[in-house]
Amino acid sequence: MNSSIILSVTTFVYGLAAFLYIVSWVFKKEAPGKLALWTAVLGLAGNTAGIILRWIESYKMGIGHAPLSNLYESLVFFSWTILLIYLFVERKYKNRTIGAFVTPLAFFAMAYASLHNNSIQPLIPALKSNWLIAHVITCFIGYAAFAIAFGTSWMYLIKKRDTEGKSLLLKRFPKTNTIDELTYQMIMLGFLFLSIGIITGAVWANSAWGRYWGWDPKETWSLITWFVYATLLHAKMMRGWHGKRIAYLSIAGFAAVLFTYFGVNLLPGLHSYGAMGQ
Amino acid sequence: MTKKANSSDTINRVWKFFTSVKLTVVLLLSLAVTSIIGTVIPQSGTASEYFHKYGELRYKILSFLDSIFDIFDMYHSWWFQVLLLLLTVNIIICSIDRMKATWKIIFVKVPRFNVSRFRRLEYKKEFSQSSMPDKLEQIYKPIVSGSYGYSRVEQTDNGFCLFAEKWRWTRFGVYIVHLSIILMLLGGLIGSIFGFEGFVNIPEGESAKKINLRNTTEMHLLDFEIKCEDFSLSFYDSGAPREYRSSLVIIENGKPVLKKDIIVNDPLRYKGINIFQSSYGTLPPEEVTLSFTIRDTGMEYKKKAAINKPVDMPEGLGTFIIKDYSSSAGFKGHNIGEAFMGILTRKTGNPVNIMLPLRFPSFDKMRKGDVIIAVASHNHRYYTGLQVTKDPGVWVVYSGFILMIIGCFVTFFMSHQRLCIEVTGKGNHSMVMIAGTSNKNKMGMQRKIEILAEKLDKLIRSNEEKL
Repeated sequence: MNSSIILSVTTFVYGLAAFLYIVSWVFKKEAPGKLALWTAVLGLAGNTAGIILRWIESYKMGIGHAPLSNLYESLVFFSWTILLIYLFVERKYKNRTIGAFVTPLAFFAMAYASLHNNSIQPLIPALKSNWLIAHVITCFIGYAAFAIAFGTSWMYLIKKRDTEGKSLLLKRFPKTNTIDELTYQMIMLGFLFLSIGIITGAVWANSAWGRYWGWDPKETWSLITWFVYATLLHAKMMRGWHGKRIAYLSIAGFAAVLFTYFGVNLLPGLHSYGAMGQ
Repeated sequence: MTKKANSSDTINRVWKFFTSVKLTVVLLLSLAVTSIIGTVIPQSGTASEYFHKYGELRYKILSFLDSIFDIFDMYHSWWFQVLLLLLTVNIIICSIDRMKATWKIIFVKVPRFNVSRFRRLEYKKEFSQSSMPDKLEQIYKPIVSGSYGYSRVEQTDNGFCLFAEKWRWTRFGVYIVHLSIILMLLGGLIGSIFGFEGFVNIPEGESAKKINLRNTTEMHLLDFEIKCEDFSLSFYDSGAPREYRSSLVIIENGKPVLKKDIIVNDPLRYKGINIFQSSYGTLPPEEVTLSFTIRDTGMEYKKKAAINKPVDMPEGLGTFIIKDYSSSAGFKGHNIGEAFMGILTRKTGNPVNIMLPLRFPSFDKMRKGDVIIAVASHNHRYYTGLQVTKDPGVWVVYSGFILMIIGCFVTFFMSHQRLCIEVTGKGNHSMVMIAGTSNKNKMGMQRKIEILAEKLDKLIRSNEEKL
């Protein structure tokens, strides 16, 4: 049994959990909902085991490092964080329809991860730092919280379209005020951890390259994301924005998160065509 | 008189302008949107790099825009700095303006409570208890004062009111966040005025005192010398780099004062100056051993040679001189790596140019001459590329970092909570009302009220059962 197999299986377990959450929501049945919860817990356990095993495997290969060093490993950790936070939310808000909007995100992240190289690579010199763990973990807690806020923002917008409360499907959603509040809670959590993520990144950059900020595309996009959510928080706290406008801003913020995560690699660099030293 | 009134009017208007949260939202979104430009157009490139990338026409348009808006270095442009400055002023003035009110709330000697305001709250819990108010007071008081920093009891006609509150100071949280941003910007400013960022390449065994400053042609003279005693690099089996290591010695007034091996992520710091491992390169070997093989007899001779020093070839075949070295030589359009270029001179006939790639020792066989020349061995010499920086503002920025984390936590997850329990005696039982307010997270406060009501209710019941 190795970590790759466990994580592949986990992908399917998450897919099943997402499916069950949707079934339980659409058919208004309690049984698939309970099953969905236990499938999600099983998936999280598999995800945890996969991460720990991968960590151990890297030490057995003599190149031991935390499994947080490339796109595959970060996506696996991203799914883990989404599930963990989601299970807390389900426990606290006692509503499983949220799962239908959140667990698919964890499934997509795992499925997307499986398209990437999953061999354990040694760390290049720039990544050999204790800041790696602190930086990646905090960033992804932030991203995961924003992902959940993204899911609940859609729930809010969908529920608001049904002004007369006719749809039976939407009746099972939490009250719009509760969804709005949950979105806000997740964004505050995300903002705190995004801030810590940017800060640990800056401290790391300063110890590796002698500068804490260099306006490189990744840094800049993380700051753009921070600006978007800072706008949202000010609009909410100081100008009393709520509901739809907050949901739109939260969706825009998550688009910025995705771009920071994946899109930055597509941007042109001055050195992308030429030889770049070593 | 009117003039004075006018000027204070203007100040008022400017003040009003900067206290607006609308301005904050506009500035934050402007910063977010304009920051994208610098991630799409590479920053601080050379003219030829831009020309190469964009072609003539687009380069012309972009460089026209650059001449006005500095789009090739936009994060240091006048308009971006103006946006940052406006945001700074906005943050400071907003904070001062709101602080006045917050200050009054936070620093009161005796907090004021108004029962009717709690009664009017939409969310409150009411229930009856079979005990009398004076007995309830003794039970409620220790429970409430245990989880609230401040509490007091006020007697009423038919009972009492228990007021409590905690975390009044958390109203400062948002100002801590704002202060942290000011500190970061201030630290950045200090760094850009009093610090520098430079680089220097030092060959193994040599030392340097002057460094090149980034993005300028200027040099900076250090107070000490940096000597690179050795540079080494290692690779994983896959060929990926494992480690770059420079053994450095700091020499001050001719004496070595500090010795340290630096690797990426583990720099050397001396007198406020930081030295980082950033790149490396190879230098032409100073001395090589050449081998001359006579084609007919297969006899091989070895001789030491250095650049620009002619060597007599064996068996009186003439002289050979190494003229040049390249770390990436080209042959028929291919990069064949490190190579020496030399000239073979016979007693008769024209001199011949000869290339000696290090990776291909039998390369010279292709020439089909009567002697085959190759590099038998050579000493590699590296230079280490160091990033040298000084940033006296970094501790200001770091204290900003710490305050940002503390401030965000306090602002988001802690609130000023106020509680009121009103107990009114009615015959042989009491009516209890529990209500509470908080300046943030109202739903969380409602849940707390609910839990507290349940707890108090249960407590009394179990007490009664005991009796």
